[in-house]
Amino acid sequence: MEKLLRVLGRWGLSVVRTMGRMIIFLAESLYLIFSPPFKFNLLLRQIRFFGTKSLVVILLTGAFTGMVLAIQLFYTLRKFGSDALLGPAVALSLIRELGPVLSALMVTGRAGSSLTAEIGIMRISEQIDVLTTMALNPLRYLSVPNIVAGIIVFPLLAAIYDVIGIYGGYVVGVKLLGLSSGTYFSQMENFLDMSDIRMGIYKSVSFGIIVSWVSCYKGYHTDETGYGAEGVSKATTEAVVMSSVLILVWDYFLGSVLL
Amino acid sequence: MKKFDVELAAGFFLLIGILALAFISIKLGKLEVLGGGGYALYAEFEKAGGVKVGSSVEIAGVEIGKVKSIRLDSNYQALVGFVINKGINIQDDAIASIKTKGLIGEKYVQITPGGSDKILSNGGKIRETESSIDIEDLISKYVYGKV
Amino acid sequence: MIEIIDLEKSFNGQEVLKGINLTILDREVVAIIGESGGGKSVLLKHLIGILKPDKGKILVDGVDITKVGRRELDRIRDRFGVVFQGSALFDSMTIFENVAFPLNEKTKLGKNEIQGKALRALEDVGLKGIENKYPSEISGGMKRRVALARALVIGPDTIFFDEPTTGLDPIILHSIHRLIIDTHVKYNFTGIIISHEIPEIFDVADKVAMLYQGTIVAAGTPEEIRKNSNPVVKQFTSSCRDELTKSLS
Repeated sequence: MEKLLRVLGRWGLSVVRTMGRMIIFLAESLYLIFSPPFKFNLLLRQIRFFGTKSLVVILLTGAFTGMVLAIQLFYTLRKFGSDALLGPAVALSLIRELGPVLSALMVTGRAGSSLTAEIGIMRISEQIDVLTTMALNPLRYLSVPNIVAGIIVFPLLAAIYDVIGIYGGYVVGVKLLGLSSGTYFSQMENFLDMSDIRMGIYKSVSFGIIVSWVSCYKGYHTDETGYGAEGVSKATTEAVVMSSVLILVWDYFLGSVLL
Repeated sequence: MKKFDVELAAGFFLLIGILALAFISIKLGKLEVLGGGGYALYAEFEKAGGVKVGSSVEIAGVEIGKVKSIRLDSNYQALVGFVINKGINIQDDAIASIKTKGLIGEKYVQITPGGSDKILSNGGKIRETESSIDIEDLISKYVYGKV
Repeated sequence: MIEIIDLEKSFNGQEVLKGINLTILDREVVAIIGESGGGKSVLLKHLIGILKPDKGKILVDGVDITKVGRRELDRIRDRFGVVFQGSALFDSMTIFENVAFPLNEKTKLGKNEIQGKALRALEDVGLKGIENKYPSEISGGMKRRVALARALVIGPDTIFFDEPTTGLDPIILHSIHRLIIDTHVKYNFTGIIISHEIPEIFDVADKVAMLYQGTIVAAGTPEEIRKNSNPVVKQFTSSCRDELTKSLS
């Protein structure tokens, strides 16, 4: 019994300790965002890394998400005779929910994992120690550019996802299912509001912070998850799982608070 | 690994992203980029059911503004705020009424111009209002023969 | 001058350093030798302030770096250069960018000056014409040279070498040792070398300290270590020689 309690206690303590470390990591990174010198070159590099390189994935998944949504919603809405509302239904689900969440999940899989691996390798090959011994703060080079890039890139990716998805829905709804193209768009304008778009942006920005934060943290502390190459692979998996779970939990939380 | 033009790649992405964001904000979110212009008016309704923020305000079927806010005031009436486009004058004896497009369509606010030469300015209040017609109410009256 | 006083460190209850005492004078080259896993790298990480000891002091010119704050520690680190075990070059940067990195980040020199200094440092380590390659495109021996150039470029007082020759063949090994001697003459730094290359390291070092099971069992000039009667030291120096003769035959 005592042993069991001990195990439980140790586990609890380690969870609390990790959470504390993660929060300190984020806090220090956020502080460094506002203290010069700023690394614009690294920021551009990470914008390219998160954004430009994710474009193809986002275009593909966005288009198909919109098309699937249009088919599914069309049959549901037709049962109530309100297929005219297909446009707003597709646009609302994309802008408020699916755009930010799915694009964030796609980027987590594509960029978050390789970011963790890259930083993890820098850790095990002592490149991070090089920065430390040069009296430079590694976070300024590793986490700050990524967090800023995440804040900038995620909302833009979500917006691209939304637009492509809406046009994907248009192709299915109007070209395949025979809705008039006027209804699809004009109804959308009537039902959508700036507050919906703002909500999507808030979500994306927070997902950007979550993904870059978790990925950087996991890479930076690779030596905590395991040794050498195995540690990096474990850290990568953990980063993807943790980011994805946090995205969905935070999405629910924001959704219920902002509604 | 070869040198690539990071600036060009990042710039390319940012351009596409900002265009997409601008598209949904301006076209769908009706974000007024150019200041929009317009002035605010208020009206008190006994019943404002069905009207939403963003519903249109029309005169003679032409949209002249939008509903900006709906809240309950101190005498338990619905206080609805509008933004009316610049250049449209509304007299202080105009009537604001809540109408329905079609039988079960969406609600909008119709303004019937008055004959007074006093023009309402920013923050003014339309006194005469007509509340939304409750279809259920109407049907029950019809059924019980009161209409 | 660097003084290590009663340094102790344990990981998960396992004692790695059990009271290290060592003094390193300015401008001398000290080799810290010992078996692998014996705590040499741990000791080095304490010296450059990456690890904090459980007990003991490390005085750098009288300042205890285990107690000072981050800002003060960074000021001391500005005078340090470190050549890491795997050379630890930044993979995403070219050789030139790697060497110019400390100048770009730590000084306010102009572009031309930085370029001149970085190229000169590369030349001093015997490298020319590879500035635009990436670390993945050059050999292990070259990487060590680049890492040394990167450490030298800001003109530090003290350079730490963490196993600068592991995984290199004997010829390259000798050339790296030669390079350490040459650059020491030219740049006049204090050198601290973690190594297990015995007896080769004896030609490089002014002083050798042997770390065994968490303590310094012997320290002195290479000659003194060779003649040391302590069985542990004797075994270590001779077994390494045996191993070498075996591998050469």
